[in-house]
Amino acid sequence: MSNSGRPLSPHLSIYRWPITMVLSILHRMTGVAMSIGLLVLVAWLMQAAAGPEAYLRFTASMSTVVGKLFLVGWSFAFFFHAANGIRHLAWDTGRGFDKSSANGSAWIVVGFAAIATAAFWWLAT
Amino acid sequence: MSLKTPLGRVLGLGSAKEGTDHWWAQRVSAVALILLGSWFVISMLRLESMTYLDVIRFIGVPLNAVLLSLLSLTLAYHSYLGVQVVIEDYVHASATKVVSLLLSRFAHVFVAIAAVYAILVIGIGS
Repeated sequence: MSNSGRPLSPHLSIYRWPITMVLSILHRMTGVAMSIGLLVLVAWLMQAAAGPEAYLRFTASMSTVVGKLFLVGWSFAFFFHAANGIRHLAWDTGRGFDKSSANGSAWIVVGFAAIATAAFWWLAT
Repeated sequence: MSLKTPLGRVLGLGSAKEGTDHWWAQRVSAVALILLGSWFVISMLRLESMTYLDVIRFIGVPLNAVLLSLLSLTLAYHSYLGVQVVIEDYVHASATKVVSLLLSRFAHVFVAIAAVYAILVIGIGS
């Protein structure tokens, strides 16, 4: 804000965040996170194409605690963004905009993302 | 009375001259990614292990190679469209904005080519 000293209307920091607001920004954040994750997905393919030794280096770095944390994060981002994306596609048909539907679908998305992430890693390991 | 020309009204492209193209492309790639993403998640769960041999064998199956290529290309496209909107929303200095958009486009094209090339190398090699 360049014109300081002038009164501002209440902004983000003033309000108690409704769940719909949290999901709105989370959709963007998970999208950007997966754009970065895309680099790792392609690195996985490139290292597999480069041969067994390069591939082993890749899996070794992803098997560290930090690597695993990122993988869990990206899987959550995927399930969240996919579920919330379907919510957006439903909105595109003009339905589900009233307050109770928007709040309800928000909690369904959060629940699905949490359960799907847990189930994925439970089945994967 | 509208000041738009009859042609402008019927084309419906607005002042940016691209109408709803960006919005529509984002939705179409989103729907494709629901299908391709579900396939990928299930495939990863069904994979014996993430070791070199199992992964090479998986990508060596022609249908897997095609679907994995489609997934990579659609991801790169959808990611490009999304990152573009994020940059346009938050980066306001015009030089920084143009450079960021350009770098994002280059990075996404690189990712798309790299993925398909790697899949081809594995597919042909196995």
